[in-house]
Amino acid sequence: MSELTPIANKFQELKKQNQMAFMPFITCGDPDMEMTLSLIRELSSKGVDLIEVGFPYSDPIADGPVIQASYTRSLNKGLHVQDIFDGVATLDRKLTAPLVAMVAFSIIYRIGVEKFLENASDSGFCGLIIPDLPGDEAEEMAEKVKEYHLDLVQLVAPTTPVHRVKKILKSATGFLYCIAVAGTTGARSELPEELNQQLEDLKKLTDLPLAIGFGISKPEHVEKLRGKGDGIIVGSAIVKHLENISADSESRTQVIQKIGLMAEELAQACHQ
Amino acid sequence: MNSQKTQTSSGGPAIKNVPDSQGRFGDFGRRFVPETLMYALEELTTEYEKAIADPEFQATLSGLLKTYVGRESPLYFAERLTEHCEGAQIYFKREDLNHTGAHKINNTIGQALLTLRMGKKRVIAETGAGQHGVATATACARFGLECVVYMGEEDIRRQKLNVFNMKTMGAEVRPVTTGSRTLRDAINDAFRDWMSSVETTHYIVGSVVGPHPFPMMVRDFQSVIGEETRRQCMDTINRLPDEIIACVGGGSNSAGMFYPFVEDADVKLTGVEAGGRGPDPGDHASTITYGNKGILHGSHSFVLQDEDGQTMDVHSISAGLDYPGVGPEHAYWNESGRVEYVSITDEEALNAFQTMATLEGILPAIESSHAIAQALKAASKRNSDDVIVVCLSGRGDKDVNEVARLLGKDI
Repeated sequence: MSELTPIANKFQELKKQNQMAFMPFITCGDPDMEMTLSLIRELSSKGVDLIEVGFPYSDPIADGPVIQASYTRSLNKGLHVQDIFDGVATLDRKLTAPLVAMVAFSIIYRIGVEKFLENASDSGFCGLIIPDLPGDEAEEMAEKVKEYHLDLVQLVAPTTPVHRVKKILKSATGFLYCIAVAGTTGARSELPEELNQQLEDLKKLTDLPLAIGFGISKPEHVEKLRGKGDGIIVGSAIVKHLENISADSESRTQVIQKIGLMAEELAQACHQ
Repeated sequence: MNSQKTQTSSGGPAIKNVPDSQGRFGDFGRRFVPETLMYALEELTTEYEKAIADPEFQATLSGLLKTYVGRESPLYFAERLTEHCEGAQIYFKREDLNHTGAHKINNTIGQALLTLRMGKKRVIAETGAGQHGVATATACARFGLECVVYMGEEDIRRQKLNVFNMKTMGAEVRPVTTGSRTLRDAINDAFRDWMSSVETTHYIVGSVVGPHPFPMMVRDFQSVIGEETRRQCMDTINRLPDEIIACVGGGSNSAGMFYPFVEDADVKLTGVEAGGRGPDPGDHASTITYGNKGILHGSHSFVLQDEDGQTMDVHSISAGLDYPGVGPEHAYWNESGRVEYVSITDEEALNAFQTMATLEGILPAIESSHAIAQALKAASKRNSDDVIVVCLSGRGDKDVNEVARLLGKDI
């Protein structure tokens, strides 16, 4: 392995300080890329460690109602994949947390794997999460992303048995995305009891950092996971705030502030 | 893979021994779904393979197909339609005479038996026009399984009778309010349910779509159509037919009809897609005719999508063909040249519906009317020694309100 990728580097830094990573997720283009870029700047300024950037998709079967609705709003506004690359490319690298694209394989396949990876890399993404490209289908992609210096983050679910974890680990880099609940994305009040055991089992199989997502929304969840995982991902609880812009009940500035405060609180909890 | 290859008229090889263990039909198929579902799909594949190798399972299934579904369904010679075309002889495989009035029940009985075998107590399904929903609710009532059917809000409004029937048989019909509020969104929501219920619930997919093993499994359960047709042809005309025609939405009746004939190179196979109002995007549901290779609902096939890979809206007079994807085996048959795919417009289908009603005294489903329209065209170009078999996949009672509306008549 040559030099560390930005993602690997970030987790190594955090580990030295015995801190967890906080990774917010936001959807692109809801209501437009200008807002998305403002949010990326705001989140970066609040000390988040990585940002997951959701590419809207028409048929996201892994997503719960909040993210689905946000994707639909964005697509209805006419957002195209190229708008995301163009927008992200304008961000100041030094002031921006490393960005990971959350993107359906349907989109990548249609655009063309090489072309998509080249655009993702050129515009400044550090890695990809492809929720509908399971370990069985990911080997070829894992080879390709290396050529573009991107990480391929893979997911493991509570329903993933050990033989599948081993298969997935063959092509996973960056961090392992541990799905906390069997189900779609979306905030849950409680995390399942089995999660701790799942994380312990995973630690025996890999040195990759373990980041936990799906259902995570508040600092209490971070407390429960301290010492067990290396990071948390919060999506729906953040994206929910974007509803208020389209509903005209809050201004963009208000929404940016709210999301910023929430991120600050979660980042602090992770960095304790 | 050591199965024998068949050269088709256009030179491409097509074999029956697909998919492989990864769910590949040539380059199509496979599994593109979230990791949460992967283990369940592995288990389902294993359980399915065990079940079909088990003589007891097969005996139970064929017993039910006989006494409950009413198989075998007749192969009927349409004398007046044949005279009308002044060409090839037209036969119909009467899937419309099955219990619940369509081919869908062949699959739901099979998958419900599999559900029992796996020890699962709850079933989910998606439905567009409601035919698969009704067939699933029927099978679940028969076997005492809990049943939840996802159906687009828009389709619920259009198909009140089927909704009532499902509920009467004890199924819960959950309205889908996302996206286009039709079949494709119902499938999305069924998958979402399955993400959190996969350990206790079986998803009875209604067509030859979705991740492996669904395209293979649904094809196999529907292949009873083609197997019977083959036998019935040998009995009645002492040979195989010259052409077989079936409609293609997701493609389950056509897959079941075509599959047993795939290696009979002399039998022309024609799949008929919904041409809607015409070839403009959004006006039709002719996925193979106008679509691109892509990923939708867990498999690699042809898809109607935009240049970013976003699924496009589709239109058809027929709610059962109104789907922006198509089964991966159809994509494979298309690529190999084994099956020819053509497109029939709303208007042509509606005309065929009326012709069939007046000449044969049969109200065909508007889906099947697409196949009939193509058969009328094809028959006129052939001579009277030729035989065409059309899969009459369902009966048209469910469509009469819509047909009356389109013809400007009151019921």
